[in-house]
Amino acid sequence: MEENKTYTISVYSENNVGLLNRISGIFLKRHINIESLNVSKSEIDHVSKFTIVVHTTEDWARKIVGQIEKQIEVIKAYYHTNEETIFQESALFKIASNLLFDERQIQNIIKDNHSEIVTVSPEFFVISKSGRREEIEEMYEQLKPYGIMQFVRSGRISVSKSEMQISNILKEFQYQ
Amino acid sequence: MEVKTLKKEESKTGTSIRVSGAEAVIHCLLAEGIDTVYGYPGGAIMPIYDELFKFKDELHHVLTRHEQGAAHAAQGYARVSGKVGVAMATSGPGATNLVTGIADAQIDSTPLVCITGQVARHLLGSDAFQETDIVGISTPVTKWNYQITHASEIPEVIAKAFYIARSGRPGPVLIDITKNAQFEEFDFKYQKCTAIRSYTAKPTISQLKIEEAAEAINNAKKPMIVWGQGIILGKAEAELKAFVEKTGIPAAWTILGASALPNTHPLNVGMVGMHGNYGPNILTNECDVLIALGMRFDDRVTGDLSTYAKQAKVLHFEIDPAEINKNVHADVPVLGDVKESLEAILPLLKENKHEAWHNEFKEKYKIEFDKVIKNDLQPEKEGLTMGEVIEQINIASKHEAVIVSDVGQHQMIACRYAKFNTSKSNITSGGLGTMGFALPAAIGAKMGAPKREVVAVIGDGGYQMTIQELGTIFQTGVPVKIVVLNNEFLGMVRQWQQLFFDKRYASTEMTNPDFIKIAEGYHIQAKKVTKREDLATAVEEMMASPDAYFLEVQVEKEDNVFPMIPTGASVSDVRLS
Ligand SMILES: Cc1ncc(C[n+]2csc(CCOP(=O)(O)OP(=O)(O)O)c2C)c(N)n1
Repeated sequence: MEENKTYTISVYSENNVGLLNRISGIFLKRHINIESLNVSKSEIDHVSKFTIVVHTTEDWARKIVGQIEKQIEVIKAYYHTNEETIFQESALFKIASNLLFDERQIQNIIKDNHSEIVTVSPEFFVISKSGRREEIEEMYEQLKPYGIMQFVRSGRISVSKSEMQISNILKEFQYQ
Repeated sequence: MEVKTLKKEESKTGTSIRVSGAEAVIHCLLAEGIDTVYGYPGGAIMPIYDELFKFKDELHHVLTRHEQGAAHAAQGYARVSGKVGVAMATSGPGATNLVTGIADAQIDSTPLVCITGQVARHLLGSDAFQETDIVGISTPVTKWNYQITHASEIPEVIAKAFYIARSGRPGPVLIDITKNAQFEEFDFKYQKCTAIRSYTAKPTISQLKIEEAAEAINNAKKPMIVWGQGIILGKAEAELKAFVEKTGIPAAWTILGASALPNTHPLNVGMVGMHGNYGPNILTNECDVLIALGMRFDDRVTGDLSTYAKQAKVLHFEIDPAEINKNVHADVPVLGDVKESLEAILPLLKENKHEAWHNEFKEKYKIEFDKVIKNDLQPEKEGLTMGEVIEQINIASKHEAVIVSDVGQHQMIACRYAKFNTSKSNITSGGLGTMGFALPAAIGAKMGAPKREVVAVIGDGGYQMTIQELGTIFQTGVPVKIVVLNNEFLGMVRQWQQLFFDKRYASTEMTNPDFIKIAEGYHIQAKKVTKREDLATAVEEMMASPDAYFLEVQVEKEDNVFPMIPTGASVSDVRLS
């Protein structure tokens, strides 16, 4: 049996309403859990980028990418291991404002984790932290004893070390 | 600079006309060369039906008796003609009734454009009367789908729909049009779509792979071909024949590949798969090079994958990149249009005969003949077999009929024993195994190939799933021939119960109505045969009839289809009894 690994699937697509449904259906059909999903613009005008993280075998990652690429609005899809990408996640912590003054340690946690305070109001303040999953988890554990009012972490965003040759495909179409 | 995501054919007139969205839909269909559409009206699609009324001389609308029938009829039409089939339905239940046919077309790569009406834009998402999210529902079973909410989108979206349905690996497309968009007027101009930026219809063929494949074929001692529907969809029948004849390689087919090369061709060694021929199944695990042409290694073909053709070098000629290495590892993947790939490889191939290897197929055929075929085609017992009915159809049609089969034992028997001279003659629901497919599909097939004889072969179970389409046959007068092989059982399920569930016949016995009276109720000529001596004349009479004809044959109740590869078993373990 091939071992499970974390793969980041990057999908370049035309901007289309139904595509998210089509793509998530591909995972659903194979009972593969999506660990995280992020949709944003890409480096190319009018082209969207999906960043999907899954934990599965390479064989499945390849088959899924094949099925995703088959979708009409998908320009190109890739899968990469962690080693082949630069990636991070972001998190927001909402914490009661009085703690900032009563618990000196919180300020150290903020500094040691290279995170920043986004906003402060009389009732609460918000810390933002970007980085690897483990770093965010660690900060979460450190803050937890003091009480976290709200916590949220984003899906992974990533860029690949190697080139993903989208522009060429698009240029070819434009000028052919 | 304008970003191009789509390429269009220059329009011939260049001028636009002011029309309603509904009328625009008709102009689009006519511009795509469509002459027949199948459907069923209802509230949300009434503006389009109103236009169909005005255009009834140009566009023939066939009113089926159920939307599933419309989808299957469009499939039958598409599969015999190679053109895109069109089905229409209203929103809500009309649209959901199409879904089985769409799913069938998706898995069998049939080009369909389905048009559904939808509630007006301002009502979307409000649970309005007959609102259903058909775009959401049909997403996993369509090649593409789209909801139009403004009339101005109609020409471009429909142009895209036809291009996507027919190009590359074909498939069904669904276009949902809100009622307001059908009423709205706009300046209409049609340009066919010729390319889409994010979609590669045909992957470019790699010369390197062609050469690698040629070398493997030229060095092979025991090569074997398995071709699939890709040959038919890719119009590569002549290339397949040239390839087979030059190399002398034994060639077998999947059920959807049937008829691409005549059954009587000396290099045609029969059908692979669960109920396929003994030789090609067994020898799949003895060949040294397996050449897969336009087929997708369905589990009904391969049986247990871990013991499938492990000894062989696999060359996979395929248009859909997602099929490469999906089920069977391809040692040499040859991506691209199979017709072009075969054209490219032919000059590189050496002439050969492979006589000794052919003899192995012949020996296996002898075994199968003695153990199975003889009893099916020349039975000595009293009861009629399904096989002898198919054989009579072969004789009466001189191998020229289109056989549209339903799903079950009769389907496997039809695929095993029907003889075809002409391509696109075996119309059956392969991937989805949809009971109820045959009767409506036969209607579409006859309309798509009016000069050909079309014979539907159906079990007593499947017949009753879409029996209402007799009404369509009566109303249109389409002269299809219907043969029901009545074993008073859901035969295929009963066979499994007998073999794998100790004969516990749970809900497979059927108490059937008087099928003759039902046919006659629709004013269709009908006859029932219960004895062998009446069979030949009855089949001849049916074939000679200029009109639709219903023939019921009472066959043996508990016959089984063999050979059989039990689910999950290896192709080497094919059973003869
Ligand atoms: C819509 C649908 N429901 C259920 C099945 C499962 N099924 C496969 S074959 C079969 C029996 C078919 O019986 P019949 O039409 O009488 O044909 P026979 O096998 O007797 O030739 C059934 C129920 C199916 N394929 N399709």
